[in-house]
Amino acid sequence: MILAVQDLTVSFDGFRAVDGLALSVEEDELRCVIGPNGAGKTTLLDAICGKTRPSHGSIRFKEHELTDMIEYEVTRVGVGRKFQTPSTYEDLTVLENLEISYPKNRGVMSSLFFARDATLRDKVDEVARAIHLEEHLGVKAGSLSHGQKQWLEIGMLLMQDPELLLLDEPVAGMSPGERERTAEMLKGISAGRSTIVIEHDMAFVRMIAHTVTVMHQGKVLAEGSMDDIQLDPRVIEVYLGD
Amino acid sequence: MTEPVLAVEGLNVYYGESHVVRDVSFRLEEHETIAVMGRNGMGKTTLFKALIGLLPVGSGRILLRGRDITRAKSYERVAAGLGYVPQGRMVFPYLSVEENLLAGLETVTDRMVPDYVYDTFPVLREMRKRLAGNLSGGQQQQLAIARALVARPAVLLLDEPTEGIQPSIIKEIARTLNTLRAAHGFAMVLSEQVLSFALEIADRFLILDKGEFAYEGLKAEVDTAKIHAHLTV
Repeated sequence: MILAVQDLTVSFDGFRAVDGLALSVEEDELRCVIGPNGAGKTTLLDAICGKTRPSHGSIRFKEHELTDMIEYEVTRVGVGRKFQTPSTYEDLTVLENLEISYPKNRGVMSSLFFARDATLRDKVDEVARAIHLEEHLGVKAGSLSHGQKQWLEIGMLLMQDPELLLLDEPVAGMSPGERERTAEMLKGISAGRSTIVIEHDMAFVRMIAHTVTVMHQGKVLAEGSMDDIQLDPRVIEVYLGD
Repeated sequence: MTEPVLAVEGLNVYYGESHVVRDVSFRLEEHETIAVMGRNGMGKTTLFKALIGLLPVGSGRILLRGRDITRAKSYERVAAGLGYVPQGRMVFPYLSVEENLLAGLETVTDRMVPDYVYDTFPVLREMRKRLAGNLSGGQQQQLAIARALVARPAVLLLDEPTEGIQPSIIKEIARTLNTLRAAHGFAMVLSEQVLSFALEIADRFLILDKGEFAYEGLKAEVDTAKIHAHLTV
C-alpha cells in the first residue's frame, strides 16, 4: 500500500467537506474517484497535497505522514497534483515549460548557470513523447489547444517522476477524440506509479479504471468495479441519475 | 418567412493576426436550439464571445430580433435579451450565491430569484448565503447557468455548460432547459462536447471546422456517426 488515508476530516465554514474518510491506494494502482458535485473530491486531493490542512485524521504516503508537511515537502517526497483548470506558462514554449519543471539543481546559482545536459534532454524527450507533444516542443503553451494544455500540465508533473499522481478532471473541456487519446495516454503514464483520477465522464472512467471509489457528503459511499458501481442503486440515486 | 430571433450574417472574427471565425452565417428561429459542435480550437468559444460582445467583430452583422447589435456593448446585448454562460464558470468568487444570481438580474425590474431556478438547482438554495468561491467546481457551473437563466433571456448562449457537472444533474439540466423553453419560449445556441446532452436539447446541429460551418443537420435526420467523426478526427 502506497497511500493510506484514515479518518480524515476537513472542515471549512463549519461545513465538513471531508468527513471521517478512509481510502487506500496500492502501488501501481490507477484509482478513479467519482461522486456528486460538492462530495469533497477536490478537497481530498487538496488535503493529500498539503494545500488544505485537515482538522483530523491521517494521510500516510510510504513512510511519510503528509498531514505534518507543507506543499513543497509533499511534492518533494513524490506526490504530483494537477488542478481542474490548466496552469501552464503561456509565454514559454512546451520545451521550456517542461524544463522548468525539472526538479534537479533548483538553487539560485544552478538556475543562473543553467545548462541543458544530456539527462535533461532525454527526460524532456521521453515526457514529450508520453504526452503526444514531441512535435510541438517549440510552440508557446498559449497557442496549444485546450486539450494539449492539459497534456502539457501532466507532462510538467511527469518531469518530477512522482510516485503518486493526482489528476483532477483531466479531460474537462476536451473533445471526445482528445478524451480517447488521453485514456490511452494515461495507461502508459500510470505504469510504474500510483494514480488517482477524479472525473465525471463515465465513458472515460470505464476506459481507464480498475477500482472506482464513489464519494458522497465527504465519505466513501461505494467502492468496486465499474460494473458494480453503475448498478449500485445508491450511486444511481445520488450521482448517475436514471 | 418569419423573422429569426437571432441572425448572424457573414461573421468574421480575429484574434490578433489569426482569422478564427470565417464568414459564418446562421439563423436561429424562435424556440429553436442550435448546437454548435466541433473539436477544440475550431472557433466555438470565439464565436460565442463575439456574439456576446467580448470580442470585436471584424466584419459581418449580428441581429437580435431584427435589431443590429454588432457594435453594442455586452451589457446592452444582455439588456436586449441575450444570456451567456461562459466556458469556465466565471462566477464572482467573493459574492454569495444569492448575490451572483442577483447580478444576473441587473437588467430586470423585479429583482427576485424565481423559484424554478432554485427548484432546478436545489444546492444553490441550500448554499445561497455561502461565497461562490467556496462551492465545488460543478456547483459553480450550476450557478453560472442559473445566473444566466434568471433574467429570462430571449436567446441563451451556453458555452460548454456541462463541464464538471455530475451525470444526474446534466440530465436534470437538459430536462429543465426543455421545460423552460416550452414555458418561456426562449431560443438557445449551445456549444457542447457531451453529445448525449446536445441530442437531448438541440433541434439542429452545426459543425464548426477551422472557423467555418462544415455540416448542418436537423435532429431528426442527424447523423450521429458523422458528428462523432467530426469531433474525433
